[in-house]
Amino acid sequence: MAPTTATNKSNKKETGTLLVKKALPQMLKGGVIMDVVNAEQAKIAEEAGAVAVMALERVPADIRADGGVARMSDPELIMKIIQAVTIPVMAKARIGHFVEAQILESLGVDCVDESEVLTPADEEFHIDKSKFQIPFVCGARNLGEALRRIGEGAAMIRTKGEAGTGDVVEAVRHARAILGEIKKLTVLPAEERMTYAKNIGAPYELVKQIAETGKLPVVNFAAGGLATPADAALLMQLGVDGVFVGSGIFKSGNPLKRAQAIVKATTHFQDPEILAEVSRNLGEPMVGRTARSLSEAEMLAVRGV
Amino acid sequence: MQRNLAHKRCGLIQGVFLKIGILSLQGDFAEHLHVIKQCGVEGRLIKRSSQISDIDGLIIPGGESTAIAKLTSSDVTIFDTIRKKISSGMPVYGTCMGAIFLANEIEGSAQGRLGLMSIKVRRNGYGPQKSSFESEIDIPCLAADGKDNETFHAVFIRAPLILSCSPAVNVLASLDDNKEGSIVMAKEKNMLVSTFHPELTGDLRIHRYFLDMVKSSKLTN
Repeated sequence: MAPTTATNKSNKKETGTLLVKKALPQMLKGGVIMDVVNAEQAKIAEEAGAVAVMALERVPADIRADGGVARMSDPELIMKIIQAVTIPVMAKARIGHFVEAQILESLGVDCVDESEVLTPADEEFHIDKSKFQIPFVCGARNLGEALRRIGEGAAMIRTKGEAGTGDVVEAVRHARAILGEIKKLTVLPAEERMTYAKNIGAPYELVKQIAETGKLPVVNFAAGGLATPADAALLMQLGVDGVFVGSGIFKSGNPLKRAQAIVKATTHFQDPEILAEVSRNLGEPMVGRTARSLSEAEMLAVRGV
Repeated sequence: MQRNLAHKRCGLIQGVFLKIGILSLQGDFAEHLHVIKQCGVEGRLIKRSSQISDIDGLIIPGGESTAIAKLTSSDVTIFDTIRKKISSGMPVYGTCMGAIFLANEIEGSAQGRLGLMSIKVRRNGYGPQKSSFESEIDIPCLAADGKDNETFHAVFIRAPLILSCSPAVNVLASLDDNKEGSIVMAKEKNMLVSTFHPELTGDLRIHRYFLDMVKSSKLTN
């Protein structure tokens, strides 16, 4: 067979399209995205098999402990992390802070997390994510919130959970809410969809689309309070596409080992034998705090609209 | 000529049932499974070596190549089983991460790989995600018999470059404006790779091309 080389006159490249933005998270499915606060941690995450790292100044557990205003990380730190690893680098911008997002995009991060873990810059409006060349991931507690974010241009959704607690209960609640509402929507009579859209505050076109396809038009990860391999597998069995682990790794006794274990558990989430094996001797987990013990002012998931 | 005619038959020859495995440790394996089903062929998600013995062809999806390297290094049986099956002729198709995993040389990296295909790749060759793109490309081998070939809408996500390949490799498609590493689709014996993702755009032609490879292989053996 003779070699057949294509000779195109010009391959016009379109960047930053919705398809291109939605595709990046698709490649991360079945994987673990890990919070890191410096280049060393980023390397450990990559070594452990993370599909991406989330660069931030302090992990949520420390943000909780330290208090004060939490903002986008120092660009210098983000650049060091970008240079340290070959996997995608995400970084957090405050809710509604589109200038932080512009800065992150210009630095070359692969995805922006418009995150309730940072102190919101706008209590009424989120970032218009459709204007950006890179994808955004946003937190959601229920289907209405997820669809508002997708309507604004989010290319990926994650549960909010309750970050920095090591308590998985809120992530479970949010995953069940989102996935359960999707299932109900598929059996809802067509004439009820408009009122349903109105009641949950979601764009009608997206409600209609989900009623017909039975799934979100973007990838949906779990986040917020996951601390063990079993937590990751639990959320995967509930039906999310992958997981974020924040404080759970680098606030634990043996980060590399725990990170590797969570990566394996996310892949083999339906295999209790493997889960049992990877869960052994992981050392101390992060010190947890029950989500129920948080005062209203301490709850991060309620941030955003 | 025969190859082109076979394209029209949607992946199945009468009486020949194909089972396609999709390596499902991480990545967009569900998208590949969907496409394989659309082609009318049975697909199976593969996470353990015991699931590989009776498959006729394997797809290695898009994903993160360092993650797949770690996941296979901690389960040597799946790595060895896949390697042996491909070495003994089982057709394999790797998209993006799959192409990296099949390559025998990854620029500047010692990460784990199958290393079976004589290509040299550079990971993430176009830059960060803001340089990811979609484009229309020509893939002459997909031309239907007697018809003009339609271009293929290709999506490149933090895609690798194929910097060079041995003479044993057939280049099936290239981008012309990127002088270094312009190859985007190639084939060597039973191994097919593309640096883009046909599983994302609903065009079944490349998967059908691969299924033809699987069919021929099954009929020969």
